[in-house]
Amino acid sequence: MIIKHDVVIVGAGLAGLRAALEASRNYDVAVVSKLFPTRSHSGAAQGGIAASLGNVEEDHIDWHFFDTVKGSDYLGDQDAIEYLVNDAHPAIYELEHMGCPFSRTPEGKINQRKFGGHTKNYGEGPVLRACFAADRTGHMILHTLYDQCVKNNVRFYSEFYVTDIIVKDNIIRGITAYDMEGGEYVAMHAKTVMFGTGGYGRAFKITSNAHANTGDGLGVVLRAGLALEDLEFVQFHPTGVYKYGILVSEGARGEGAYLINNDGERFMEKYAPKLMELAPRDLTSRSIQTEIDEGRGINGENCVHLDLRHLGEAKINERLPEIRSFCRKIIGIDPVEEPIPIEPTAHYSMGGIPVNVDGEVLADGKSQKVEGFYAAGECSCVSVHGANRLGTNSLLEAVVFGRRAGKTMVKFLNAKGVDKADLPEDQVKASFDRIEGFKTRTGEEKVGTIRKELQQVMMTKVGVYREEKGLKEALEKVRSLEKRFEKIKIDDKGMKFNTDLTEALELDNLLQFAELIVSGALNRQESRGAQYRRDFPKRDDVNWLKHTIAVKKDGKIQYDYKPVVITKFQPQERKY
Amino acid sequence: MIQVKVKVYRFNPENDQQKPRFETYTVEADPKDKVLDLLHRIKWEQDGTLAFRRSCAHGICGSCAMKINGANMLACEANLKNFKDPTNIIVEPLQSLPIIKDLVVDLKDFFKKYEIVKPYLINKTPPPTKERFQSPEDRQLIDEATWCIQCASCSTSCPSNWKNPNFLGPAALLKSYRYNFDSRDEGTAERIHVLDTNDGVWRCHTIFNCVEACPKDINITWHISQLKKKLVSREY
Repeated sequence: MIIKHDVVIVGAGLAGLRAALEASRNYDVAVVSKLFPTRSHSGAAQGGIAASLGNVEEDHIDWHFFDTVKGSDYLGDQDAIEYLVNDAHPAIYELEHMGCPFSRTPEGKINQRKFGGHTKNYGEGPVLRACFAADRTGHMILHTLYDQCVKNNVRFYSEFYVTDIIVKDNIIRGITAYDMEGGEYVAMHAKTVMFGTGGYGRAFKITSNAHANTGDGLGVVLRAGLALEDLEFVQFHPTGVYKYGILVSEGARGEGAYLINNDGERFMEKYAPKLMELAPRDLTSRSIQTEIDEGRGINGENCVHLDLRHLGEAKINERLPEIRSFCRKIIGIDPVEEPIPIEPTAHYSMGGIPVNVDGEVLADGKSQKVEGFYAAGECSCVSVHGANRLGTNSLLEAVVFGRRAGKTMVKFLNAKGVDKADLPEDQVKASFDRIEGFKTRTGEEKVGTIRKELQQVMMTKVGVYREEKGLKEALEKVRSLEKRFEKIKIDDKGMKFNTDLTEALELDNLLQFAELIVSGALNRQESRGAQYRRDFPKRDDVNWLKHTIAVKKDGKIQYDYKPVVITKFQPQERKY
Repeated sequence: MIQVKVKVYRFNPENDQQKPRFETYTVEADPKDKVLDLLHRIKWEQDGTLAFRRSCAHGICGSCAMKINGANMLACEANLKNFKDPTNIIVEPLQSLPIIKDLVVDLKDFFKKYEIVKPYLINKTPPPTKERFQSPEDRQLIDEATWCIQCASCSTSCPSNWKNPNFLGPAALLKSYRYNFDSRDEGTAERIHVLDTNDGVWRCHTIFNCVEACPKDINITWHISQLKKKLVSREY
């Protein structure tokens, strides 16, 4: 079956839906998602979305600009960051006009709270910048955008799992997908394709991410021979629920929660005396891991405490109700009465599909565009987050750059018309054959076992702290898992809702780019942002103030680099 | 560790020979495990053909609603220690919807009803350059209704819905409340005709099953009653 649309967007999180909304004002738009749209993981974002609105106290676009650059450990591209912080204002007011139920100040404005690394006057102290809806900010924006897409008659293909992009002569032709409910493989023929496919937390054992977050977009792009950028930068969020990884928003610390070790100390005063618990995530995660490694974890275990008790029940219920709810239901702890045991959890990918500020995908990571192919949100790398993302800048990036990509697609279609280049049948067939091929593999390896081993090695050797020996072992392990993956056995041979098959396809993607994460971490011989090498503990601007571009040719990884765009803020030592 | 007998509803649409049936699996579990953990262990270690939906695993995405020991809940939140007998668990798909495969139900009709209530802000007044103001009190009025994750636990537990499939159902009506009671909205007159019918709010007979089933603890019946009140008092 071939489905035709002007615009096909893959992924129904904030980036995908915001772009769909923009393009659906002029063109026929389809959104393809392996979940139902409101199940997308953007909905799990809790704490807020950044904009220097100054609704509660003085704030400036330039302060937000500086904080984001400094937070990125100077690897963020400053031209892109300027768009991020400027467009934040119209993008958030638009969400409000669409009906997004933000929490309000007494005079009825959008309320704002503190968040890690967001400061007043270029680093003086925390500032109230994160626009929020209690601790359900992502949920509220996601549902608002979905509702607006319903209004605009966006066509949704839910539970369609994307398998490949079809590119020929450097022009995008469409995608292939597996229609889970219908039980068939489908080709979608489109003039423009956008990816908003999200992150890959499920490459790690402890993660805040949903089971669906397997970085499928990155696997697809890599298979098509396109480049990926800065994959070595993986954010570990400081406060994942111990053993579960579930996110406890930085908003909790924004409201005043403490981090406490086994000696009862607020240990952040040793690491970030000025910002304390509101230091950026890379620094805070390292601080927690150091406390644990040096024996000050709670009762010697791999966790410290996040203490909300002094905030009081009323404030917790008003500002952090969802956190209270899942703590009680899932781990059986009421944060009103007990501190929450937490550990760093794999959370966000700073790297991804290289794009320019208009969302156009760059095949070589630098200048060569793929006509009609766009990406935005976590799967992309603009790069506004550089080596470390600030909290609340991810929802912002998804909305701002989803919006920009939507506008770019409209401009492109206005200029070029909607007549599509041919969809090459041989490429479609090859893609279908590849999927079907998974079902006929004859080994005895289990997808679940290989995935578990991958997650384990990524967590222990490619985590908060890294070093050459461990990274080399991890690389060897990932490569051996790739070999074993060739001998998997899929129990389910049917066509209808075959999640046995989709889990194998997901694992194939995970293995492909996990190799890039590990080898990128090994390749980058410095410590910057979320990449910390014990054997190279210093930032090295002379050799490494540059983005990594990686492609896979004939199974081998090839590296290239591109300079960081620096317009206003020169790199300096990063202290908080 | 405990041994749990998990009895799972199975249905494969591609195998005509097999009628819907229950299959029982024995799973090793920690008493603090959730039912979703058990389903994963079955799928990953024993039988890859088992189909069910899930994603976030902490109660915010709404994918894994199913019937567990007779009650609708999210499998990711269904803590073994909360069951009278945690060693015997029965898992079935949400009641009253067509079954696609095993625990996966067809939600097309559920979401069609969602679209019928015009689930979006309607405001024809051009917006200001900044935000529209809304008082914390006005915001509070819609708060509970915005918690909904569209998991379908409520609508599939509603006897009025079982009896009358055309009933809009609690989830769509809750969504209708969310926009009709938003102080920024001007669309009630456009939305009212689908509510003020036998298949709209009046089919709700205040049975409260939806409230019991809701994993987000939303008092859905109260919200539907507010819609009824709005209709009878013509406050629109």
